[in-house]
Amino acid sequence: MSRGSRLSTIEVGGFRLGRAGIANVTCATCAGGGERYVGVVKDVVVIGGGVVGCAIARALTHYRIDVALVEREVEVGFGTSKANSGIIHAGHHTTPGTVKGELVWRGNQMWQDLANELGFGFFQNGDLTIAFDEDELLTLETIESIGKERGVTGLELWGPDRIHREEPNVSKEALAALHGPTAAVVNPYEACFALIDDAVDNGLQLLVGRPVTAITPEGSHLVVHVGDEHIATRCVINAAGLYADRVCRMVGIELPIRARKGEEYLLDKRLSGIVRRTIFPCPTPTSKGILVIPTYDGTIMVGPTAELVDDKEDLSTTSAGAAHVFEMAQRLVPGISERDCIAEFAGLRAVAPDDDFVIGATRVPGFINAAGVQSPGLTAAPAIAEEIVALIADGGLDLSPKPDLKSPAPRPVRVSELGLSELEQLVFSDNRYAHIVCRCEMVTEGEIADAIERGARTLDGVKFRTRAGMGRCQGGFCTSRCMQLLSDAHDVPIHDITKRGPGTWVVCEREERT
Amino acid sequence: MTRLAIRYDVVIVGGGPGGMSAAIGALEAGADRVLIVDREIELGGILNQCIHNGFGLHHFGEELTGPEYASRLIEELLDHRIDVATDSYVLDVDADRTLTVASPSTGITRVQAGAVVLAMGARERTRGAIRIPGSRPSGIMTAGLAQKFVNQLGYLPGRRAVILGSGDIGLIMARRLALEDVEVHGVYELMPHANGLTRNIVQCLHDFDIPLHLSTTVVGIEGSRRLERVAVAPVDENFEPDLARATEIECDTLLVSIGLIPENELSAKLGLRMDPTTGGPVVSSTMETSRDGVFAAGNVVHIHDLVDFVSQEALLAGRCAGEFATGRSRPADNIRLLAGANVASIVPHTISSDREHVVYLRVRRSMEKSWLRLGEVYEKRLRYVVPAEMVSLKVRPRFLENFHGDALKIDIVPREEPGGDDE
Ligand SMILES: Cc1cc2nc3c(=O)[nH]c(=O)nc-3n(C[C@H](O)[C@H](O)[C@H](O)COP(=O)(O)OP(=O)(O)OC[C@H]3O[C@@H](n4cnc5c(N)ncnc54)[C@H](O)[C@@H]3O)c2cc1C
Ligand SMILES: Cc1cc2nc3c(=O)[nH]c(=O)nc-3n(C[C@H](O)[C@H](O)[C@H](O)COP(=O)(O)OP(=O)(O)OC[C@H]3O[C@@H](n4cnc5c(N)ncnc54)[C@H](O)[C@@H]3O)c2cc1C
Repeated sequence: MSRGSRLSTIEVGGFRLGRAGIANVTCATCAGGGERYVGVVKDVVVIGGGVVGCAIARALTHYRIDVALVEREVEVGFGTSKANSGIIHAGHHTTPGTVKGELVWRGNQMWQDLANELGFGFFQNGDLTIAFDEDELLTLETIESIGKERGVTGLELWGPDRIHREEPNVSKEALAALHGPTAAVVNPYEACFALIDDAVDNGLQLLVGRPVTAITPEGSHLVVHVGDEHIATRCVINAAGLYADRVCRMVGIELPIRARKGEEYLLDKRLSGIVRRTIFPCPTPTSKGILVIPTYDGTIMVGPTAELVDDKEDLSTTSAGAAHVFEMAQRLVPGISERDCIAEFAGLRAVAPDDDFVIGATRVPGFINAAGVQSPGLTAAPAIAEEIVALIADGGLDLSPKPDLKSPAPRPVRVSELGLSELEQLVFSDNRYAHIVCRCEMVTEGEIADAIERGARTLDGVKFRTRAGMGRCQGGFCTSRCMQLLSDAHDVPIHDITKRGPGTWVVCEREERT
Repeated sequence: MTRLAIRYDVVIVGGGPGGMSAAIGALEAGADRVLIVDREIELGGILNQCIHNGFGLHHFGEELTGPEYASRLIEELLDHRIDVATDSYVLDVDADRTLTVASPSTGITRVQAGAVVLAMGARERTRGAIRIPGSRPSGIMTAGLAQKFVNQLGYLPGRRAVILGSGDIGLIMARRLALEDVEVHGVYELMPHANGLTRNIVQCLHDFDIPLHLSTTVVGIEGSRRLERVAVAPVDENFEPDLARATEIECDTLLVSIGLIPENELSAKLGLRMDPTTGGPVVSSTMETSRDGVFAAGNVVHIHDLVDFVSQEALLAGRCAGEFATGRSRPADNIRLLAGANVASIVPHTISSDREHVVYLRVRRSMEKSWLRLGEVYEKRLRYVVPAEMVSLKVRPRFLENFHGDALKIDIVPREEPGGDDE
């Protein structure tokens, strides 16, 4: 197997994983003291089902080992991995000499294959970093040389004529631009779903809606507490994003993680096509700045801001954030207007000390971090997974390839992408594909039923898997229909269907009056 | 389920009051193969969830509920031979008037139409359109969706509600929720005037002691999972909120009622010329769009506050579509209508000097006493105009007898002198 090049920046402390077999341990920390735990020892438990956890889990299921992934939210990808810019960075923007800088270009090169294999939305649209004056042009030249040194292909400086021929709606004030053809856009949540679906098909045990509450070392194993359930394992991968600090604390390791918020604003389809490439301003030492992003689905998105916040649940958007985003976006692409905003959201980057990823073994045997994965963590995720696989092999886990690997399930059908004759054929075999449920994004009952079958259990789960509710009317039309389909499929009453898990109820029962 | 024929004289997209009235018009005009397509399982459009009364005073001369109004139209249709395809979605309309219809019972079908009437209605503007800062918990929905939950599905959107926007749906829902014992804290309106009909302010808010806060808006949303509270603040004349005076309201539900937008996905695909002031297609006095044989009526053209006007407009559209499909036509329009300073929108966009027309307009600003002026050729006293209530003007051929220009400006201007009889 190819494990890619080992990271030069990661220190690999020699560590040995516990033995395989049956665990027969007494769990001292549990209430009642001394609850006995007997069970098959997992080889690896991944904590956190963001894109990093999903990529790791998927990579591990290619080997003959026993792997579980535990996710706190009811569906995977519901943390930071669904709330970002969705860019697979070209590879030249990230600071050299950092772990993230090393992994970004490696990650970039892996996405095309991953997308081909798993069939999620991926489009290599390229990026343009704009300079408005001579100073900024100097910065572009520096970035270009960083990229070239790293091996990033196709980088090219464009003058005003080329810029305006290729991207006529970019500001006429632009003096120069650095073109990075290797940049791409993905639907990040779709990627998470595709990774996890494939992992589950290949034997991953997936536990969702259940946080890990404690980890206790028991002999040569670690026992992971998931509510009342205990899972003994030889190895824990901490991919808990913003809460990787809590997970670290469970084994007595201090790793402060702070949250850096990024607000993003989605614009009406009217503006689709206003740019083809992702447009970056010239970066400053502290920030990549506000970007204009043609998302995979064609919607234009502008953002993200970058601001440290104290509350790790603070996903609020702010007036100041919006004002900043639109002002900066308009500088790059003057045709963009606040009036076209159809939705907004915020995501939180998990920031570790030194502003870098923390990937590697720790002083606790069997406990490995994939933490502090801030931007460009989406891009780097497949490369991080490779690193983790290599680390585990170093730790002594026998990684022989699984002989009976299942090939990935076909990509879910998207009716909006089909030609009429293809649709006719599909409808012929399943008439639910002729029943339009979401009018803005043209999503049919067939697609929603398929998403539910693949694991969607909430409105957001349906939305992120199918786009139902993501369009102009923001679910005004389809919400009740999607709830009905979820209710029928899971055989629960409508008022038990939530937006995204416990506490996010949508409607309640009417009080019967006498 | 109707098996669709391959060819119809007139195909109507949408089976709300607009679509049904257009069908009646088309039949009256002598079209004998008429089809209505609607994506819902029943005809009636938005009326089916409007179980309150206040419909039909003009058109039927009595006060009906939404579903009653719809069933009157359905009964009229039953007197004729007409095809109805419900649970059927019009995916596409070509320039040569071929429609692609998707339905679970008939699959994908193509039908050719002599004339098409677009009557797709409208959709609601959402929270995103006005960008309220804050978190994104559950418990925020448009008033129309809440109305559907309560009236059609039998669920409540929550137990303690704040309503943003004084559009008619919001007002109606304030009362509806109060009747269900939901705590309604108030209706908050950005503008210095209400956006709904006066009668709704009285009957839905005053009669239920629900406060209406004008020049006030929601400036913050809190709650990481379900909505926990909203912050509201007064705004100045430039609509800038005064955050120092913001107050918080504990609630689990925020209903957004900030207006409707014509549903024009199909119009855009067809490449129709659109009017940015109405959000709908530009139409002639026969309600024909910029494509030959494609007509439009109802909320898809401009947002109506009264269903009665939808029916009147759609009857005309249907008649003209029927005439077109059977090879007849009316003299083409020869006068353009232009909006004056206090006129926000006008429908239709052009008229013809040889016949009578009803022109609908909306004002920008409220005015106590005013003149409605049609160029130099006609003027009429108005007692009170508000943006929330559409103004209609009958343009008679005799007004235009001595007019030889090709454009007329319509405006509503202040009337200083003590007025005589108002119309
Ligand atoms: C605004 C913004 C824009 C960005 N744009 C880009 C971009 O364009 N390109 C790019 O490459 N990167 C981008 N990033 C970065 C990228 O989104 C992240 O690096 C990536 O999503 C991190 O993935 P993750 O799996 O580490 O974290 P997450 O997706 O947050 O996953 C962690 C998971 O762990 C779970 N968890 C936490 N605690 C527990 C527990 N105790 N038990 C079980 N589960 C637990 C959480 O519920 C969560 O699902 C952006 C980030 C932000 C905020
Ligand atoms: C809450 C509320 C309260 C109201 N109160 C009053 C009142 O008290 N008095 C009054 O007179 N008026 C009232 N109105 C206004 C009146 O009901 C509307 O103006 C009128 O219903 C609009 O009619 P329409 O036919 O244009 O649209 P709709 O009734 O919206 O009908 C459009 C139809 O087209 C269908 N459709 C759309 N696209 C497609 C497609 N591609 N394929 C197939 N079918 C499609 C839709 O499903 C729908 O059934 C109220 C409206 C609302 C929403």
